[in-house]
Amino acid sequence: MRFIFRHFSCALRAFHRVLRISPLPDGGLFSFSSLISRLAIGLSLLSLIWMPVACRPRQANPVDGASAAARTIENKGSDTLVNLALAWAEAYMGRYPDVRISVTGGGSGTGIAALINGTVDLANASRAMKPEEVAAAEANGISPVEFTVARDAIAVVVHPSNPVDRLTLRQISDIYTGKITNWSQVGGQDRPIVLLSRESNSGTYVYLLENVIRLGDKESDLLFSPDTLLMPSSEGISAEVRQNPNSIGYDGLGYVTADQKVVAVARDVDGPYVLPSVETVNDDSYPISRPLYVYTAGEPTGAVEEYLKWILDEGQTLVSELGFVPLR
Amino acid sequence: MMDQTDNRTSSRRPWAEFGIEALIQVVGFSSIGLVVLIFLFLIREGVPVFFEVPLGNLFGTRWYPTFDLFGTLPLLLGSVLVTAIAMVIALPLGMATAIFVREVAPGWAREVLKPMIEVLAGIPSVVLGFFGMTLIAPVVRETLGVPTGLTAFTGALILAYMALPTIISVAEDALDAVPKSYRDAGLAMGATQWQTIWRVVVPAARSGIVMAMMLGMGRAIGETMAVMLVTGNAARLPLSLDSLFRPVRTMTATVAAEMGEVAQGSTHYHALFGIGIILFLLTFLINLAAASTIFKKRRRGGLR
Repeated sequence: MRFIFRHFSCALRAFHRVLRISPLPDGGLFSFSSLISRLAIGLSLLSLIWMPVACRPRQANPVDGASAAARTIENKGSDTLVNLALAWAEAYMGRYPDVRISVTGGGSGTGIAALINGTVDLANASRAMKPEEVAAAEANGISPVEFTVARDAIAVVVHPSNPVDRLTLRQISDIYTGKITNWSQVGGQDRPIVLLSRESNSGTYVYLLENVIRLGDKESDLLFSPDTLLMPSSEGISAEVRQNPNSIGYDGLGYVTADQKVVAVARDVDGPYVLPSVETVNDDSYPISRPLYVYTAGEPTGAVEEYLKWILDEGQTLVSELGFVPLR
Repeated sequence: MMDQTDNRTSSRRPWAEFGIEALIQVVGFSSIGLVVLIFLFLIREGVPVFFEVPLGNLFGTRWYPTFDLFGTLPLLLGSVLVTAIAMVIALPLGMATAIFVREVAPGWAREVLKPMIEVLAGIPSVVLGFFGMTLIAPVVRETLGVPTGLTAFTGALILAYMALPTIISVAEDALDAVPKSYRDAGLAMGATQWQTIWRVVVPAARSGIVMAMMLGMGRAIGETMAVMLVTGNAARLPLSLDSLFRPVRTMTATVAAEMGEVAQGSTHYHALFGIGIILFLLTFLINLAAASTIFKKRRRGGLR
């Protein structure tokens, strides 16, 4: 009986750990994929824990458990970054079981606000902190330190047979708002343009809308044309781009497959047309890219410092798997 | 030995019977209770949107939920268009197949065809959707010369295919219920086989056939996965004549695509449940129409 009880409490602890890395505080419960993955993790952990060996070290050494509780890293912020942060946290906790990392989303602003209030160790942000946010943090005695942890670039793709191989940001904006409706208007064949987009809740959709369609103009109220096809997945976009010579699509650079043609993009008509790659994204010559940041409250120390070092080194291998651009 | 066991079972029977009866009652009532609970949940989560969003916006023409534009009209019309066209395609095909299987085909062919049709119903919708996206959509684009193959028409084709098994088996059952004496009488009056089928058997089975259509329609309007993959999901208002060959966005696909990432309790979240309420009312009306045809049949004291 006691044997069973011991393992049960051990399993409970493991479950608790799984639940602590829930990606979103709101709506996270309804995120189907995260629910599935959490269940899968929970089940696999349970099956592991039922092997008597899994629990023994903790039982034998309660001091270890106490130190584990002390090394908890709170990480909150950008929904764009949340899956990457989650992947990092899972990989890191798998390697260093005595560190606990709790990742939550909510948006860049939420993460930065939490950092200002001193409730998190790391704030994820898909934009730089605003001067007034830095001032607010310093008023609380916190001086935020910025780390660029990955880059996000959006590639514009067309069918391989499409002769159009370069577009300006303005042209992409006009295409996606429905001002340009035929490929011949941008130097292609006389074909109608079929617009492909990710679903409106994807971070890529919002980024393209704000920085390309609205050309970074905060006052602009331009929207995607109602004729835009919203595809439920990256695979949906690539399948249509592969087989339809009329189509234009976009997606995170890491998701673009070899059978789509990537278009070179220029900031304006005179500017150089640049194809996205790890190099052009990192030297900022490709226009549709942005750095992704992690902010710490003051110079990081101890567990946080080690974790950040790991993110900037080994953690970079996970970056491209999630569709982002690694730092090198 | 035998006597002993017999005694035991007979002495237990009242208890066993009572237990089984109670179990069946609990199961029966719990299914009613569950439906009521689901409906209440839908109301609770969906009704706030009617207060949070002005009705002009809610029944407007632009669905951009990330920018607080919750116009459900394109979605509603998208669902109606795809379902209606699917029925236009599926009904003649389904009826013809049902008549062939029941009235014309020889016995051995019927034995093969019936199970084959029932197997069709078991194909997962995501498989059909993927099939439609990768194989049918390019064909539609090339043969019709439209900009993209992900259109309302492609969705209607897939939905028609999915509704066919339902329509065929229900219609076939309805034809089967027509007494043999009707057919004999028709033939005895000198009518040909075709005249008997068209003028006697089909009218006699009319209410069953209407029900087949309603059930097929219910199947089509609620379908999500296949529709999401092949209709292109562009929330444009399908009013012009060529809308059939342009992308549309249905209510089911919208809920499925957006529910995953929406913040719980937000206006967008309530709007998605609001769509659920509209969808529920629509299917409820269809089922009501189907049920009323059955009642009419009973009142007439007709067949079966």
